[in-house]
Amino acid sequence: MHMEKYLILNTLSYPVLSLIMLVPLVGALLSLLIKNETWLKIFGLLVTLVTLVLSLPLYTCFDLHTAKYQFAELRHWFPLLKLHYVVGVDGISVLLVLLTTIIMPFCILCSWNYIKKRMGEFIFVTLVMETAMIGVFISLNTVLFYIFWEAMLIPMFLLIAVWGGARKDYASIKFFLYTLCGSIFLLVAIVALYIKTGTFFIPELMDQPFSFAYQMWIFLACALAFAIKIPMYPLHTWLPAAHVEAPTAGSVILASILLKMGGYGFLRFCLPMAPAATLYCMPYFIALSLISIIFGGYLALGQTDIKKLIAYSSVGHMGFVTLGIFLLNDQGLKGAILQMINHGITTGGLFIMVGMIYERTHSREIADNSALGMMIPIYVTFLGIFCLSSLAFPGTNSFVGEFLVLFGAFKKSVVVGFLAIPGAILAAAYMLRLLQRMVWHDSDGHAHHDSAGDDHGHKLTDLCFREIVMVVVLAVFVFWIGLYPTPLLKVMDASVTHLLHQITAGGTPAPVTPHEGHHALLEIGNWLKQVAAF
Amino acid sequence: MQVMLILPELVLILTVLVLFAASLKKIKGGGLTGIALVGSFLTLVATVLGGTASGSLFAGAYQLDALSQLIKFLLGGGLFLIFFMCRSLSGIEEEMQNEFFLFLSLSALGLMMMSSAVELLTILVSLEISSYALYIVISFRKGEGRRTEVEAGIKYVLFGAAATGISLFGISYIFGLTHSTYLIDISAQLPKLIHHQPLAVIGMVLMLCSFFYKLAMFPMHAWTPDIYQGASNETTTFIATLPKVGAAALLIRLVSMTGTGVTEFTWVLVVLAVLSMSFGNLAALVQNDIKRLLAYSSIAHAGYMMIGLLSGNQLGMAAVIYYIAGYVLMNLACFVVIYYIAPRGENITFEDLKGLYRRSPILAFTLAAGAFGMAGIPPTVGFTGKFVIFTAALEKGFYGLVVIAMVNAAVSAFYYLKLARAVYCQGEEGELESIKLGIGAKIFGIFLIAAIVFVGIMPQGLLQMADQAVAALL
Repeated sequence: MHMEKYLILNTLSYPVLSLIMLVPLVGALLSLLIKNETWLKIFGLLVTLVTLVLSLPLYTCFDLHTAKYQFAELRHWFPLLKLHYVVGVDGISVLLVLLTTIIMPFCILCSWNYIKKRMGEFIFVTLVMETAMIGVFISLNTVLFYIFWEAMLIPMFLLIAVWGGARKDYASIKFFLYTLCGSIFLLVAIVALYIKTGTFFIPELMDQPFSFAYQMWIFLACALAFAIKIPMYPLHTWLPAAHVEAPTAGSVILASILLKMGGYGFLRFCLPMAPAATLYCMPYFIALSLISIIFGGYLALGQTDIKKLIAYSSVGHMGFVTLGIFLLNDQGLKGAILQMINHGITTGGLFIMVGMIYERTHSREIADNSALGMMIPIYVTFLGIFCLSSLAFPGTNSFVGEFLVLFGAFKKSVVVGFLAIPGAILAAAYMLRLLQRMVWHDSDGHAHHDSAGDDHGHKLTDLCFREIVMVVVLAVFVFWIGLYPTPLLKVMDASVTHLLHQITAGGTPAPVTPHEGHHALLEIGNWLKQVAAF
Repeated sequence: MQVMLILPELVLILTVLVLFAASLKKIKGGGLTGIALVGSFLTLVATVLGGTASGSLFAGAYQLDALSQLIKFLLGGGLFLIFFMCRSLSGIEEEMQNEFFLFLSLSALGLMMMSSAVELLTILVSLEISSYALYIVISFRKGEGRRTEVEAGIKYVLFGAAATGISLFGISYIFGLTHSTYLIDISAQLPKLIHHQPLAVIGMVLMLCSFFYKLAMFPMHAWTPDIYQGASNETTTFIATLPKVGAAALLIRLVSMTGTGVTEFTWVLVVLAVLSMSFGNLAALVQNDIKRLLAYSSIAHAGYMMIGLLSGNQLGMAAVIYYIAGYVLMNLACFVVIYYIAPRGENITFEDLKGLYRRSPILAFTLAAGAFGMAGIPPTVGFTGKFVIFTAALEKGFYGLVVIAMVNAAVSAFYYLKLARAVYCQGEEGELESIKLGIGAKIFGIFLIAAIVFVGIMPQGLLQMADQAVAALL
């Protein structure tokens, strides 16, 4: 069959991809039978851990030397439209699948005491969410991808709308409608591609020689959906609202995994399917990425709510990801993918830390949570680690990713590189400011706590065993990737090379690159002028 | 045997007769429900048995083909589900309960005949059979003052009569142009006529008005919210589902006569589809009465279905059948919740939905499945239906239309979300009376949820049947 030349069919003793996708769903249905809250939490944790264990062979048995889709499964699904159920992972998606399965147990763990009502429904929704997220990353069929992409909206909507904060109605509906509007054109593009080529199979769609105009339409239709999801300036406004109102687990899922889908979408749809359009749009997207980096960092600097600060910092970090993607060189792409993983771990960790302090002081204001260093030293130690990782301190994971992106940027053009640097400096500024206020005594006299307790009369207790386990595991990842990122880079190497090959082969070849670089500078100049005028 | 060809109709006529006899005997309560359920179930069985029937009866005016038999199956199944759901008849006047089952069965019979009718006068007669029964049933609602239900009934009669009149006028044009009332003769001449004879376009559009009326399609939509609101919950459930199945079947037959080319007629339908979707969705945004909301949403859904019809290709027509089947399931999911929340048959608002997840988790989930399905969120039948319809339309190159439809779907998501939010995210505090559901109601709810998801994920079976059903027409 012609589809099989893109695939390496699964040789493990069990259908690994389908299984890790279905186990959470079955777990969700079974959780409906459990009434006791503690057992529910333990059951939810078990399901996510089983999924994690089942997904480990994806890493250990991964073939590093091929860009084909591995562990693939191919079944007939809907012959009338030539639709197949086809799943598989390459070096890019396998990392995101593993990120998902690693992060999900933390979502249950960090909700252990945070979620106070409707525990059964919470476990159900979280597990359904896991199924949908894994589904997005393993789908090799545009329709399957879209189904999971959209199906994710319902559980995420419920997570924010039921367990959210004060403005949960506003935030949840804004999130839902924003993302739904983005996907409108994605579906049209998917169907249009099918009508043009007669296939929904993603690898086959990458090989089509489309005309430039057609590529532009496809590129723009898909890019809108992904730019909203990632989110890219100026389509980012749903993110702070959703992050601030979501419960800790919701924020972690949003930051660690949902945002990555935007980046993944660019890598899976826009770049390989519309290479010529990608080259044409590159300067605009680089400019938007730079704006995201600086704008996000600048806004984060002014926040007084810890969660909001991290939300805006996410906009900046995701700017680095899109910058890396649209540099269209080896270092940029690798840095972007690595940065997606890093952001998942670091920002996930930061949101978990915010959740912990909120459970203790019932406030997310920096001013209410100042001078914690004396009272809860273990907490602030880990807070420090994640903050340093977030500002890309050498030795932590983000340093490697950001360094690669900046390296790629300088390789592309010195101006782009220099424009991205302030983003890194801003990150240091807002993260250190946060750390300084929270750890040491605030000189403005905002500190309400003394060793006896805070103004609510709660005694602040340091992290318990469950919480220490969570942050230690995440901190291990922070340093592991920070000091020895080679394994991850090796995994993505073949796929990134293949992707670059697809772009150079599909876009107008040789003369473009030098000219395009020059073009990019002009465009960025124009953009900045416009923004300055605005 | 020729008579076996119309087995479903015969069984349904028998049911009607038994119900008529029961009404003379004033049989009430369990016995009556039993008769209705057994009768409708036997009808369903008969539609399955007669699924492969093909042939032509009554001098070619009555045709049995894959399309008619599939539609009869959907009608039979729908009728049984509605009778099963409404078996307690809490919103119907005591002395009218017998007639309620009687007239609804009669209306379903008219719809079944409509799906087989291939001659204009036969179509008209079966249309009237199905309508007249409904005119009466609407005013059966239980209540102190009879104003709203009688008003609704009269409105339905007037609109129906006007629609039929317009249709007859259109038929006169078509007859004048083609000298025949047989669809087969008309379809031989129409594709050519419709290209260079404006009268054919006008005649066709006017003729379709009766079916637009049944489908609640712009510009014959105005009755919908008032009738939904005024009629009892049971009657509304019927009006919202089965007549639309029959209308869709007939529209497929009639629109397919004009051929597969894009003509002025197609563009008229495009305009109507856009207006129907946009008007329905925008008006639904501000509704507070759930039945009125569903009425406006049905106007919007008629627009989506019209996109499949006007595409004129096999996939589009098949998608319409698939969509209408899914629409029946999703609508039943919404109405079963309305029905059980209002034990005395009153209308419900968003206020009554608050905290439903605590009062009855199954009903809450059923409503969520129906609402998200109608919003077109996967993995539901609503998504797959829209997806296939849009694929068919894009095959014909209607890019702008599909984008408008998708924008509409996004707009509609807002009010479906309002339903889900009321059910799951509001009313968390305070005492709420829990809703006691019998085992039958629980199974019904779970069946609907499972069907909405399963038919959505595994569309092949139904869509394959629909594809074969329309293959003969094109």
